[in-house]
Amino acid sequence: MNTDIFLWLAQDGVINGAIYALLALALLLVFSVTRVIFVPQGEFITFAALSLALLESGQTPGTLYILVFGGIAAAGLDAFAALRERAWRRLPRIAALYLVLPFAVAALVAWAAPQKFAQWVQVLLALAMVVPLGPIIYRIAYQPLAGASILVLFIVSMAVHYILTGLSLVFFGGEGLRSRPFSEAKFKLGVVEVSAQSIWVVAASAVLILLLWLLFERSIYGKALRATSMNRVGARLVGIPSVLTGHLSFLLAAFIGAVSGILIAPITTLYYDTGFLIGLKGFVGAILGGMGSYPLAALGSVAVGLIESFSSFWASAFKEAIVFTLIIPMLVWLSLRSHRVEEDEEP
Amino acid sequence: MIAALRSHAAAALRSHAVAALRSHAVLGLFIAFLIAAPFLLSEFYVTLMNYIGLATLVTLGLVLLTGVAGLMSFGQQAFVGVGAYATGVVTTLYSGSPWLGLLAGMAATAFVALGLGLITVRLSGHYLPLSTIAWGISVYFAFGNLEVLGRYNGLQGIPPLSILGRTVDTGRESYVLIWLAALAALLAARNLLDSRAGRAIRALRFRATMAESFGIDTARLKLIIFLYAALLASLSGWLYAHFLRFVSPGAFNVNMGIEYLFMAVVGGASQVWGAVIGASILTLLKEWLKDLLPKLFEQSGNYEVIVFGLLMLMLLHHARDGLMPVFARLFRSRQPAPPPPAAAALARRPRLAPGEALLEVDAVHKNFGGLAAVNALSFAMRSGEILGLIGPNGAGKSTLFNLVTGVLPADGGAIRFLGERIDALPSRRIAQRGLARSFQHVNLMGAMSVLENVAIGAHLRGTKGSVAAMLRLDRDEERSLRYEAAQQIARVGLGAHLSDAAGSLPLGQQRVVEIARALAADPLLLLLDEPAAGLRLQEKQALAALLRRLRDEGMSILLVEHDMDFVMGLVDRLVVMDFGEKIAEGLPREIQGNPAVIEAYLGGIE
Repeated sequence: MNTDIFLWLAQDGVINGAIYALLALALLLVFSVTRVIFVPQGEFITFAALSLALLESGQTPGTLYILVFGGIAAAGLDAFAALRERAWRRLPRIAALYLVLPFAVAALVAWAAPQKFAQWVQVLLALAMVVPLGPIIYRIAYQPLAGASILVLFIVSMAVHYILTGLSLVFFGGEGLRSRPFSEAKFKLGVVEVSAQSIWVVAASAVLILLLWLLFERSIYGKALRATSMNRVGARLVGIPSVLTGHLSFLLAAFIGAVSGILIAPITTLYYDTGFLIGLKGFVGAILGGMGSYPLAALGSVAVGLIESFSSFWASAFKEAIVFTLIIPMLVWLSLRSHRVEEDEEP
Repeated sequence: MIAALRSHAAAALRSHAVAALRSHAVLGLFIAFLIAAPFLLSEFYVTLMNYIGLATLVTLGLVLLTGVAGLMSFGQQAFVGVGAYATGVVTTLYSGSPWLGLLAGMAATAFVALGLGLITVRLSGHYLPLSTIAWGISVYFAFGNLEVLGRYNGLQGIPPLSILGRTVDTGRESYVLIWLAALAALLAARNLLDSRAGRAIRALRFRATMAESFGIDTARLKLIIFLYAALLASLSGWLYAHFLRFVSPGAFNVNMGIEYLFMAVVGGASQVWGAVIGASILTLLKEWLKDLLPKLFEQSGNYEVIVFGLLMLMLLHHARDGLMPVFARLFRSRQPAPPPPAAAALARRPRLAPGEALLEVDAVHKNFGGLAAVNALSFAMRSGEILGLIGPNGAGKSTLFNLVTGVLPADGGAIRFLGERIDALPSRRIAQRGLARSFQHVNLMGAMSVLENVAIGAHLRGTKGSVAAMLRLDRDEERSLRYEAAQQIARVGLGAHLSDAAGSLPLGQQRVVEIARALAADPLLLLLDEPAAGLRLQEKQALAALLRRLRDEGMSILLVEHDMDFVMGLVDRLVVMDFGEKIAEGLPREIQGNPAVIEAYLGGIE
């Protein structure tokens, strides 16, 4: 291996690592706030990336059907609960969030898709279709089980993953798609050639991480999320509704997933089920970081990206096998540190 | 809160009804169906039945793992793959016997399962599913890329099995073999759950602290269950390879792992027969949907996953126990089980003479952050007395209790039991030395009968393990354990409630069940953590009478309480704590007049 290849692999690893870091942060956020191991996070990547690719070719992505029908289902559940409690005043809000908004987005996309607008418009359209799916999924699948054990919520995640990949195949088909890069420019950085797209990825991830940090430190919603992740019962007692923090964390997860999808759509060919593996690599990153600290999770994710990149050079066929085996040494370490008897789960 | 309690109690009663299922009649019907099936069904459905049998083996492992022990794995398909590929390699590349292949598969599976299990059983519950997903993906890609395993084409030409000179090469012959294996595994699992080891396994999910305090090594038990589930999956893989005669990675992808878990949930993960129901429903449904859905969508693809996902969501939202309780209701038996017949008595510990040194707490410290919860506390206790440890709320009584029972490690000082230091021991080792406890928050298995709950207390007095239980080699000992439990229940006066679900009793009686369970351990010292909390006056009087009777029978009792009235007429001596320190010690009479105690309880006089 010469320096050129080394630097090229390192660059590749950092780009992927930046994406995994974003995902790891979202997964950690969702886990600490709602105790959900959010396996379907990866599907947001797929949805956003493939929607963008379809929009670029002037087609209407099927994502809008998922959005509209998901919205109807969520509205139905909420309206049913509101009617049973005779809380009529909640109905307009429910209709606005779960019916008007999705229908408006769907109408906008259906109108805009054939017009082939500028790329940034298409990016916004893709985000508008995918991001609302986060709270909708939370409402339909997780909110009714908010008090359930981690393991039950884990099975729910698997069920949601199944539904979303199934829908993904229906609406995007089995073909792999790739979107146009944001910029074709390439720079010479010493001996390596760096594409503008990869700078986009790293810069966007860094900005997003900074924004998340500001959100947590400065805003009341961020503080509510932090409070809930530290002590769920305590947060409820001081009046932070768990439904709000649940919706909020899923909104952020969907946003981060969709942005990740849009960032990697030009550099990787994505299939209807690719997001699952990418999302799981975010988990590997989070576990490498000990499943508790945001900076360590980000660091672990960059390590995952680098190891993946270098193993694709030395043992390309076993790249995935190697990446997913990475968690074993970390688990050994965590296990050696833990001496207590597992706390009892409540029946 | 009350609604939660009520639904808990209702769930307990429901599960109890399930447990009372007349399993013999159902088992007979099931076996009759299995015998008749190959004569009645077409070749196509016999093949489907074979797939159901293979899936049942894997799902059964998951039922034990997930539904009973509360562990979760999404990587069982990888163990199936290890079993299938092992025999594939042995029989095709080395022309070895399929039996050697079985051995190789089992050995490889055991090696991996023990490795993964050792790493994860001590970690929080979500690490095992996450690491099994990761391991499943790794194995899938390894199968698909290893030259020696034929990459994504897999291994062809695996020979059929040959048993007693007869070649098993038709679907119907494989049917016999697969279902014999499945039936044997089901019966073994049923036997296991109805045994000493089984009671301990059922306590793993919600009552691990309690299990440890009665001498059960929970980590080891989790490992055993994980290993058994993995071996069942590997066996399924071996049968699969010789039934299909070729293996390829596609059959062992991550989705299969998810579907096995779905089968366990659909069937009802807490019952062994749920495995058959779940495997049948999902296998048939998949076959049917694979026919129907592509016509609906007018293109091919695995759309059945959407239906599976929705089905799971609905089940988890509305019927988390799966479909097994529905089936069980059809065969429910309403008669209570008869009391266990007399059996050989279990060995007892040598009794201590009254007045011998029993427990010595010597300058013990425990800090939580900057707070000294227990500070330089010392007292001694002699055999045959009831010692009361009292103090206002927050005095550090429960912390001290946890230090003595090994739930928390002490930061300094020594605790000696019969002269031997126990402060560095985990609670199950302390239990071995003759110390048994009750819990402040009742810690019973609500769905299990009073008898079974109390029998957990006698865990350390038996020796038969999981394998003996599966083969029913444990029956003599099991009769003794159950008889002992029944005697202890009679001793505390609950003889009429032997077969009631523990969760259905009123709180006062549940506390007494806790005492019976502790007595079943044949302890030298009984530690009771606020046994009178939440009891009505009559219940308190009955409890006091019971404790006095136990003392008269020679039992030593350390009683942690904050209820002065309950303690005063009952104990021989008192130790009073406040702010982590001992403020008084002596006879109840002396304590009542002690100004420091009065101040601690009533506040100072301004």
